[in-house]
Amino acid sequence: MKFFALFGRYIILLSRVFSKPEKSRIYLRQIIKEIEILGLNSIGIVILISIFIGAVITLQTRYNLESSWIPLYLIGLTARDTILLEFSSTMVGLILAGKVGSNIASEIGHMRITEQIDALEMMGINSASYLIFPKIIAAMLFNPFLTLISMGVGIFGGWLAAVVTGALSSADYIYGIQYLFVPFYITYALVKTVVYAFIITSVSAFYGYYVQGGALEVGRASTRGVVYSSILILLADLVITQLMLA
Amino acid sequence: MITVKNIYKSFNGAMVLEDISVTFEKGKTNLIIGRSGSGKTVLMKCIVGLHEVDKGSIFFDDRDFVSLDFMNRKNLRREIGMLFQGSALFDSLTVEENVMFPLTMFTEMTPDEKRERVNICLKRVNLADVNKLYPGELSGGMKKRVAIARAIVQNPKYLFCDEPNSGLDPKTALVIDDLISEITHEYNITTVVNTHDMNSVMEIGEKVVFIHEGRKGWEGTREEILDTGDENLNDFVFASNFAKKIKALTSGNITE
Repeated sequence: MKFFALFGRYIILLSRVFSKPEKSRIYLRQIIKEIEILGLNSIGIVILISIFIGAVITLQTRYNLESSWIPLYLIGLTARDTILLEFSSTMVGLILAGKVGSNIASEIGHMRITEQIDALEMMGINSASYLIFPKIIAAMLFNPFLTLISMGVGIFGGWLAAVVTGALSSADYIYGIQYLFVPFYITYALVKTVVYAFIITSVSAFYGYYVQGGALEVGRASTRGVVYSSILILLADLVITQLMLA
Repeated sequence: MITVKNIYKSFNGAMVLEDISVTFEKGKTNLIIGRSGSGKTVLMKCIVGLHEVDKGSIFFDDRDFVSLDFMNRKNLRREIGMLFQGSALFDSLTVEENVMFPLTMFTEMTPDEKRERVNICLKRVNLADVNKLYPGELSGGMKKRVAIARAIVQNPKYLFCDEPNSGLDPKTALVIDDLISEITHEYNITTVVNTHDMNSVMEIGEKVVFIHEGRKGWEGTREEILDTGDENLNDFVFASNFAKKIKALTSGNITE
């Protein structure tokens, strides 16, 4: 019963978020600002994590394929497919749920407890739309670029690990990442990324928007936003995979 | 003028406001007073629509706010300025951007026109050279004054102030009180101030409404408040030892 009440509240909030904006020009400016805050500021962490994960995937695959029957270029192929299919969309999505989700929930939660949201409402502004809509659109527009960056950097990380440790030759790795390449995997990953971006921003904003109390509750809302975003990302991963790959 | 007629408000079955009817007059500073938890903040939030009332009507001049639809409420709110207890300035915006915000959202003024209007409002609240500062760099009193400037930037017809003196020293509180009173008379607007500060009552309270345990306990002027005979109101007005001594002095019962 509590779940349905919560879900209903979430839908009502979304209906307010997607209602007609007061001034489109202002919203456009807000979207650009949010792209910087939520997107550009996440590039660093995405690059750092992707390069290490790419390297680790390559080394682990090499470790598990200790057989003279299996050609070494398959390590490159495995690393590429793992990065394209799952890591760069879902793993990066989960990381962004932690970074961006907590940021959104705490920012909006702080605005709620310091009456800044009430002040917006009192001015005759649809606070839900003004605060949340630009974040959702900014993340849905920019996160696919983060995924593409993650893909490129992850594959480069795998090559770096292969060459530096001597796990396999540069030629084998490069041949492997080109072998049996399916471009649809990128489409699949980008579709997932856009859905995850919506989940992260809307769920975290929902928990921040309805905070009641003080700083402690803002912290709790931030945690809830991250936890529920992460769960929903995994659920969406399952559904989209079944719909697009099965 | 704002007329509140028989409003009721409850939260989770607990009645917070019961059958409150009151009129707030135009061109006057109308004060809502009462103990903490008496329901005065809920009353103010019901009047401005931040809480929905269970029953009753609220008229802004001849418009019944309760029965207005979403769009008409939004339009009416543009005629309202509000000063929140914690000032509620937007942390990420400078003072100038904060005051300019309603103009940016609702007018087609040019940047120069907006800046000129902002400077007029900041000058009116006696603030200078703060345009580029952020709220975090201001004192409590300065934040309140910026919030007042933001509240009046669109020439409101109604001004609501929730605990304008909370967290301020007595001298700064006096400055804010005087500012609210001056603006009320200058712009001839209906001002409603929520307070439990008796200094404010005696300083600017042209009409005073006392809320006790969710009901209207008393209504009158600041001149009448000291001799009402209402036990609950007297308990509130003479709560401090200082006030008790003054009362004893004036009535000739002082023993020390």
